[in-house]
Amino acid sequence: MASTPDVTEQHAGLSNEQLLDMYRQMVLIRNFEEKCQEGYTRAQIGGFLHLYVGEEAIAVGSMAALRPEDHILTHYRDHGHAIARGLDPKALMAELFGKATGCAQGLGGSMHLVDVSKNFWGGYAIIGAHLVMACGMGTALKIRGDKQVVIVYFGDGSTNGGEFYEAMNFAQLGKLPVIFMCENNLVAMGTPIEIHSAVTEIYRKGCASDVRSERVDGNDPIEVYEATKRALDYALEGRGPSLIEAVSYRFRGHSAQDTQKYRTKEDVEKHRAQDPIVTFRQQLLNEGILNEDQDKQLLHEVEQEVAEAVKFADESPVAEEKWLDPQSAYANPIPPQA
Amino acid sequence: MAIMSVREALQSALHEAMDDQRAFIVGEDIGHYGSTYGVTAGFLEQYGPERIRDSPIAESGIIGIGIGAAMLGMRPICEIMSVNFSLLAFDQIINHAAKIHYMFGGQINVPMVLRTTNGWTQLSATHSQSFDSMFSYVPGLKVVAPATPADMKALFKASFEDPDPVIFIEHTLMYGVKGEVPDEPYEVKIGESRLAREGKDITIVTYSRPVHLCMAVADDLAKEGIECEIIDLRTLRPMDMSKALESFRKTNHALVVAEDWETHGMTAEISAQLYEHGFDYLDAPIARVGFKEVPFPYARNLEQQVVVTPDRIKAAIKKVLA
Ligand SMILES: Cc1ncc(C[n+]2csc(CCOP(=O)(O)OP(=O)(O)O)c2C)c(N)n1
Repeated sequence: MASTPDVTEQHAGLSNEQLLDMYRQMVLIRNFEEKCQEGYTRAQIGGFLHLYVGEEAIAVGSMAALRPEDHILTHYRDHGHAIARGLDPKALMAELFGKATGCAQGLGGSMHLVDVSKNFWGGYAIIGAHLVMACGMGTALKIRGDKQVVIVYFGDGSTNGGEFYEAMNFAQLGKLPVIFMCENNLVAMGTPIEIHSAVTEIYRKGCASDVRSERVDGNDPIEVYEATKRALDYALEGRGPSLIEAVSYRFRGHSAQDTQKYRTKEDVEKHRAQDPIVTFRQQLLNEGILNEDQDKQLLHEVEQEVAEAVKFADESPVAEEKWLDPQSAYANPIPPQA
Repeated sequence: MAIMSVREALQSALHEAMDDQRAFIVGEDIGHYGSTYGVTAGFLEQYGPERIRDSPIAESGIIGIGIGAAMLGMRPICEIMSVNFSLLAFDQIINHAAKIHYMFGGQINVPMVLRTTNGWTQLSATHSQSFDSMFSYVPGLKVVAPATPADMKALFKASFEDPDPVIFIEHTLMYGVKGEVPDEPYEVKIGESRLAREGKDITIVTYSRPVHLCMAVADDLAKEGIECEIIDLRTLRPMDMSKALESFRKTNHALVVAEDWETHGMTAEISAQLYEHGFDYLDAPIARVGFKEVPFPYARNLEQQVVVTPDRIKAAIKKVLA
């Protein structure tokens, strides 16, 4: 049976189709990023490349709870969020390749993916900045009475600076419809959480502003979905912000250049045993929602889709020279009078 | 003479500084990570976590820690991973580090060094900037931006020993640059420029990484019979223009090169001083080469045209001499 009431109950109201789609997205993100790594090695991609490998369940679980009219702000580790929100992998890969067909015309690169038509308001690379911007969006929604929410993604290392506390306080004071989604992967760049934060359970930091806070298993997309749904409903009822701490782990280095001196191979292997994709796949197989043939087919399709994205990126023209014009930095260019 | 990279020269200077028990280093990912650009690699193991302090991501905090400790007589070395992140600490740097000595009638000193990096490599708009002119604009700050391993070492020592807050600007693309460093103790004072190359046709005033670009261009142009004289400012505030002016009076032509946006910045200040004090010696308008006036684009084909390159320097020289 596709979705008996029991199964639906068991999976927080998600249908089998939705569950399969979530699984597919996780596989797509993983596959996409493997190709990013290859592109980086081949110098088709430059700059910083922050991979999300291991954390896919957070983006996929949370996005599944959002509606098209909700708004997204994220950080530089943004490939997963972009794909889970349904941005076109072609435009994303082209952006990473610095091409004119990229989602930001090749100006932003990996850290600044964007698609305003999907209310995906961009990846930001200065720690903390977008948390306060989320409050600005929340303020706009509140003033206008729009029944929409803002979700903002950031890491554990981003909860030690002033802007985190400013954002929490603004949001709670204004009862703003903001969901703060902390992706706690237990390390900030190369500094383990016990060394960068006096409080290692990030959700406890919400209490300083009395923000409704909870901690979930960030390797379980359904748990993340449920927590996001609760926060969404809470915000839509006009009750204000939530802080969700989703605990996970990144399997790769902070960026492509990281030697990972700060952790042992054993640590990484231990966490790999809880790979969210492997676990979710097994769950779906066990419950008969997915079978091996379907899985093979799905993987094949995903590989196809990513291969097409790479081909598209590769064959696209380079970024346009019009962006070298100083006036291109302005929405309303006023050329200087010489 | 030993041949050292910029990284090694800095390491050696930092180790010497750490011999002073008042010294400690605070910054992001300087310890457990092994340091973003490898400069403080091994320091945590050698000096321990009390003196090599891995900081949370909190730049304002890092500088506040430095100022407070300096006020009580310590010699903090604050590291801001990239100059782009120093913007989060501008209140501490500009309203406080730069002001405390003066505002309290000279009773308090802030002997702290802020090490940070300029640099770019397809890092896009928020990770590729330099704020040399913004720091240099502020009375109360000293700003140092050396180009060679020997100057890195000596000027770090001078900065560390200075009773005022010093912004010490490194460059991500320069850590591997090698050069001779004297074995015996030697001194470079803050506020002393350097004649990097002698020539009679044109004066190039520059500092930091572009010094190396200009040297290479000068070698090239020498083959065509154009002799460039290169002045490495080394310190931006105080800025020693004496050698640049002396050279300008001889060559009557000048080009100013900096990794800074082209207008409203370092090259504007340097050329203003050349005009102000060298007007009578001017044979052609002074040219400048800096970053093109856009935020940094990610795409390589665009970034290559925004940054300072040997080709742009060469073209500017030809224009001045035309
Ligand atoms: C203000 C600021 N300081 C420092 C950095 C450099 N930096 C980029 S990511 C990062 C670590 C962030 O860790 P976390 O917030 O836990 O997110 P994660 O990368 O683990 O997803 C640092 C220090 C930055 N981008 N912005």
